[in-house]
Amino acid sequence: MWALLTRDLRLAMRAGGGFGLGLAFFLLVAVLVPLGVGPEGGMLGRIAPGILWVGALLACLLSLDRIFALDFEDGSLDLLATSPMPLEAVVAVKAFAHWLVTGLPLTVAAPVLAVLLNLPVEGYGWLVLSLLLGTPALSVIGAFGAALVVGVKRGGLLLSLLVLPLYVPTLIFGAEAVKRGAAGQAVDVPLLLLAAITLGAGAMLPFAAAAAIRVNLR
Amino acid sequence: MLSVEGLAVARGGIAVLEGVTFRLAAGRALILRGPNGVGKTTLLRTIAGLQPALEGSVSVPAEAMAYAAHADGLKAALTVEENLRFWAAIHGTREVEQALAGMDLLALRDRRAANLSAGQKRRLGLARLLVTGRAVWLLDEPTVSLDAASVALFAGVVRGHLAGGGAVLAATHIDLGLAEAEVLDLSPFRAKAPAAGGRRGDFDEAFA
Repeated sequence: MWALLTRDLRLAMRAGGGFGLGLAFFLLVAVLVPLGVGPEGGMLGRIAPGILWVGALLACLLSLDRIFALDFEDGSLDLLATSPMPLEAVVAVKAFAHWLVTGLPLTVAAPVLAVLLNLPVEGYGWLVLSLLLGTPALSVIGAFGAALVVGVKRGGLLLSLLVLPLYVPTLIFGAEAVKRGAAGQAVDVPLLLLAAITLGAGAMLPFAAAAAIRVNLR
Repeated sequence: MLSVEGLAVARGGIAVLEGVTFRLAAGRALILRGPNGVGKTTLLRTIAGLQPALEGSVSVPAEAMAYAAHADGLKAALTVEENLRFWAAIHGTREVEQALAGMDLLALRDRRAANLSAGQKRRLGLARLLVTGRAVWLLDEPTVSLDAASVALFAGVVRGHLAGGGAVLAATHIDLGLAEAEVLDLSPFRAKAPAAGGRRGDFDEAFA
């Protein structure tokens, strides 16, 4: 398992691996939205939680189709499926590697970009916490979607259509937590629901994704 | 070591082979032959457990098979050694040095897989078999893009594997130079076409 994780991280860091793609997209959203919306601080601060969460979600979506497609194309997925490592573990490890490469950098960069969007100071901690709790769900759900479309040529469009509805609860509770935190209200309900989605997805979807890959490898 | 009994396999929902029966003992090699499209790859994938059989059974000790497909499963951004170390770690073995030496890759160990020639990539793909530590090798056209010297090198590796108690099932058109290998021609096992009353795969049955 460790070998697969380090291989995926190493591949992501090497040239052409796609590390930083999501981060760059997130940066662009956070820089361009204030230019488009205008410099009025109150308005920006109000929409900041939603914009930051939508930006993080779309940035995550960008690299999803690579999770299994590359391994499918070069034959590694066949070989992993016949290796001693269970396919469920392969999915879980690859989803975790995807989170380390996209979700975690987004979480770390979010407070810096929140400055550009004039997020109220009270919201910064909640923004980081909500992303930390919510982005793993994005990677796991995305890995499930990627497993469904593995083998489909240019499956990115289909993948987005499949995955976006599943992302909606995470988006709603994530943005809600930041909004409430920024307004000084209690945030425990949306944060608990966010954690519940992540834990539930992490517990169940690797099995569903492994089953989908087995069907697609036939 | 590997025993196949009345196996029927399907590709794209249409049965291609049926009634395939053979046994492969430790230390033996079996070469599958047959024209293009007869179902050699499909048969190997079914035996490897990558797709379900229409009927019949494959019995083999657990975790005994190593499959080498048309695609080598190499990562272009990793070096030869890193590629091999990854598969060794996945299979929990350490024979990377022997595998590099066995397929004459020592001089290329620090080169990225992207910069290898087709034949060198193939050699790396075959070296992966040595680090799996598994007894039954399922080889699908192992000698594609290998030159004569590399084919001889690989034949030597296969012979070493057989001598160590392994077994090899290979689909190939080229003579591997293994005089002791048995040959199984798949043409007589060809399934009837669906139009002629032949069987279809599960998927089509479910949606018929």
